[in-house]
Amino acid sequence: MTAVWVTVGALAFATAVLKLVGPLLLGGRPLPARAMNVVELLAAALLAALVVVETFGQGRSLVFDARVPGVAFAALALWRRAPIMVAVLGAAVVTALCRAVF
Amino acid sequence: MPDRTESAQVRFRAGMRRGVPFGFAVFLIAVSYGVLARPVMGTVAPIVMSIVVFSGSAQLGSLAILAAGGGAGAAIIAGVLLNARYLAMGLALAPSLRGRALSRAAFAMTTVDASWAAASAGDGTFDPWYMVGVTVPQYVGWVPGTVIGVFAGKALGNPSSLGLDALFPAFFLALLFEEVRGRRKMVAAGGGAGIALVLTPLAPAGLPILAAAAAAIVASRLRP
Repeated sequence: MTAVWVTVGALAFATAVLKLVGPLLLGGRPLPARAMNVVELLAAALLAALVVVETFGQGRSLVFDARVPGVAFAALALWRRAPIMVAVLGAAVVTALCRAVF
Repeated sequence: MPDRTESAQVRFRAGMRRGVPFGFAVFLIAVSYGVLARPVMGTVAPIVMSIVVFSGSAQLGSLAILAAGGGAGAAIIAGVLLNARYLAMGLALAPSLRGRALSRAAFAMTTVDASWAAASAGDGTFDPWYMVGVTVPQYVGWVPGTVIGVFAGKALGNPSSLGLDALFPAFFLALLFEEVRGRRKMVAAGGGAGIALVLTPLAPAGLPILAAAAAAIVASRLRP
């Protein structure tokens, strides 16, 4: 149990530090134009990475399991402009159905 | 997102409205986190962690290490790497935060993926009050969701047979769909996904996501 509490405390501290470094050190000063160009594109790159890691990653390996049809459903739903909840819940339902059937 | 000339209150409320669907999605993810965490972390620690860490990727990532029998060191490293993107996000946010250090710190602490992405005006600037507004419903979904997952876990059964592990990628995909407009963002997203896929078998969890930021640097060299 000690390991659990050490993990909780350390990650609370580390996450706060990671969030605070930029705003406390730079705070309010404008970034150079070239850096701003990168910043504009950061969300797209990081979010896409999170999507593929959470869809195909299992520890250090890439797997093709029931999450994939679920996320594919979400992609289709979002592309057809469905609400977020429809896409997200639908992904879980499709994944659950795939696991129940296969 | 409302115009920057609107009052803080108007922008905060608009953010809250925008955050409600995120809050529901985050609630479901938190329930699955609570269910998974209970047998590994007990009843109190997962709830405290949701209150003080408030980060799905770091919480689920460190839980996976602890559940596999890894020690605190490995769990902490995984969690830090998974949240290392906040360093980049904080640097991006910094120029939009004015005022004293304490006020900048308070705004910065409310950074989570969905709010940060939603508050991005698309020209590299952010609306801080809007971001805080988008975060509120997510916190309200995250903490009680964890409590319900921890205590109702046995009744809910195995989260993976309910497909709950597909909630997290689908949530990020929804954020991505709102974010990607135009050719340079498409290139950044495609490149980021490619980098993360290639690095996942090669690098510890979290690094592939951080390394995806390189795609933003490359795409920024393209003409809009």
